[in-house]
Amino acid sequence: MVPVFYIFAALTIIAALSVILQRTPVYSALSLIVVLCSLAVLYVSLGAKFLAVIQVIVYAGAIMVLFVLVIMLLNAGRERHTEGSRLARWLGVPLLAAFLVEILSVIWNGLSSGAVAPPAPDAGPAAVGALLFRHYVLPFEVTSILILVAILGAVVLAKKQL
Amino acid sequence: MMPIPPTWCVYLGTGLFTIGVIGVLTRRNVIIILMSIELILNAVNINLVAFSRYFGEVDGQIFAIFVITDAAAEAAVGLGLLIALFRNKETVNADEIDLLKW
Amino acid sequence: MTTVSIPDVMRILPELILAGFAILVMLFEPFVPAGRKRVLGWIALLGVLVAGMAFTWAPPNAGMAFSGSIAADGFSYFFIFLFLTIAALALLGSINYLERDNIHHAEYYALILFSTVGMCFMAASAELIMIFLGLEISSLSTYVLAGFRRHDPRSNESAMKYFLLGSFATAFFLYGIAFVYGLTGTTNLVDLAADLAQPGKWSTLTRAALILMFVGLAFKVSTVPFQIWTPDVYQGAPAPVTAFLSTGPKAAAFAVLVRIFLGLAGPSGPAAFWVIWISAALTMTVGNFAALLQKNVKRMLAYSAIAHAGYVLVGLAAAMASGSTEGASAVLFYLAAYAFMNVGAFLLIAHLAGPGEGRTEISDFTGLGRAAPGAAACLTVFMLSLSGIPSTAGFFAKFYVFRASVHAGLIGLTIIAVLNSVVSVYYYLNLVVTMYMREGEPQAARTPMPLPLYSAIAASLFAIFYLGLYPNHFLLLSTLSSKPLP
Repeated sequence: MVPVFYIFAALTIIAALSVILQRTPVYSALSLIVVLCSLAVLYVSLGAKFLAVIQVIVYAGAIMVLFVLVIMLLNAGRERHTEGSRLARWLGVPLLAAFLVEILSVIWNGLSSGAVAPPAPDAGPAAVGALLFRHYVLPFEVTSILILVAILGAVVLAKKQL
Repeated sequence: MMPIPPTWCVYLGTGLFTIGVIGVLTRRNVIIILMSIELILNAVNINLVAFSRYFGEVDGQIFAIFVITDAAAEAAVGLGLLIALFRNKETVNADEIDLLKW
Repeated sequence: MTTVSIPDVMRILPELILAGFAILVMLFEPFVPAGRKRVLGWIALLGVLVAGMAFTWAPPNAGMAFSGSIAADGFSYFFIFLFLTIAALALLGSINYLERDNIHHAEYYALILFSTVGMCFMAASAELIMIFLGLEISSLSTYVLAGFRRHDPRSNESAMKYFLLGSFATAFFLYGIAFVYGLTGTTNLVDLAADLAQPGKWSTLTRAALILMFVGLAFKVSTVPFQIWTPDVYQGAPAPVTAFLSTGPKAAAFAVLVRIFLGLAGPSGPAAFWVIWISAALTMTVGNFAALLQKNVKRMLAYSAIAHAGYVLVGLAAAMASGSTEGASAVLFYLAAYAFMNVGAFLLIAHLAGPGEGRTEISDFTGLGRAAPGAAACLTVFMLSLSGIPSTAGFFAKFYVFRASVHAGLIGLTIIAVLNSVVSVYYYLNLVVTMYMREGEPQAARTPMPLPLYSAIAASLFAIFYLGLYPNHFLLLSTLSSKPLP
């Protein structure tokens, strides 16, 4: 399992860097798909089988298709270098680096990195479904409002003639 | 076969989170900013799954499913906004959106 | 092993009614002829009224519902009523605005209702998943509403900025939640409080997680340094939407802050408290001094909204310092008083700005006192209340916050707050002086106020004077409501 983690964690990080370093949005989108799929592999290795499937079908499938579609639709080309982002770059990134060091050292001290105590939970569709429709039934139903709002919003904003 | 310690995944999550935040702060293309936010949401998810493994329960994964749903909803609205903006301004660069002072 | 029970459903009745009416509005839309869309506005308003009445006539028993996800307590009732009031006022003020600016679509009303549903869930939830979903429902609806003038680039831009920074903030909030889950194994606030009450449970990582969650919410309530989006968004969004989003989602985010920080951060010691203290001081000062420089009314009120968020944070800091209910009740009182004066002011500006919101500069209001005495008088009352002149709601709102903060021993913060409210008088009165003392032809619209808007303004004025002259009843109510369940 450990080599699997190393390979796919490295792949995730490299692809994530590629997402934010590419100048062309389509390359970023393709890199993001690599991130999503290698995370799905890690989910399987952590025992989250159902979530891994969701990740590939919904995230890498549906959501990313939406992204690619819009990139094609708007014909968004290469980004031009502009001056506006200077402040964020010089102020934000060092602050963030400090934060990263902080968080890592805190995790190091805060979480016991030792043995995995409990056995992996059964996270197949049956287990997930049972929990989702019993204990988390209200959040599940409320999600339908969230999706309805998103549909409404997308129609209102993107439709030519209302 | 030694299982993966959840802490490693939390480190991976922190890395993804940092890359995402840097992307949001430094990139000017709205689509890429949106994808950087997706990276942060994935950092949240890998954390949730790792912790869920750590506690030996499924609750964290349920939360991750809600996060994915939210990512889908956000992407739909965000890309809709982008289309509305593009129709009027013909730009996808965040710092060309400058009618109002930024 | 829970299933849905009738008492559980009764505890989320207002949310269900609102969501039902929002869907009803959408279903009726195709059957309403183009010229009569205002019927849909009345249906939406009816929904808000029915939700309020259902709650008044059949108040559910206080308690937890849906396996601890929903906390039906005085705290959530207070906020739900506040949100319903804000939604009703915003709907009344929108009907003629939408007709005038030719953007009369049913989706607007549905989104206002859905956003209210989200805010109600935020205030009423004791489960981080539900708080997050409520936050997202209300945020996504307000992003779209901010961009509702689809053919106006200013509105597009406002919505885009709001969306990008808003989802960035939500991502921070989620990252904080993930760590909270990792440290305690639960996302339920009641279990969380119990877990964190054990000795030795607080670590640097717990505090970091809480601070990440605070950052996420701080974006929503626009505290410094997370306020950069506020002026642009408030200026570019349609004015009735600004009225709604400067009060509703802000109050909802404060409700979550109170629930989380008073419920959990009690034993966290000074760290969380100082974060609130510093951001309160910065937020007031930056908001007020930036407002002094503004030439645009909507932008000025946006900075004033930032400053008011700072005053509310003073109340929160007082509540955290003393642990008494005084601070929390001052926060609740302030949010309600602020809602009335700010909704009123923005709705009136929406009317005065004329078609396409072409006239929102302060200079456009020159001489309005003679040209439209009624509207000018109303706007004057709103400005006086925002600046905290006695006999208006704004005075007692500030008074209670400052009193709580003195009682909690926060003398330094109180002095900063008082000095700030003195500064703020200048820019509020500047608008009043422009309307009455400067010579010139007013550019602002002089058409009479339509009846729906008139009733919304009248209701806000009544509330402002009622809270300003007889604050005791309402203070009692907010004190009773200020203890969240967990």
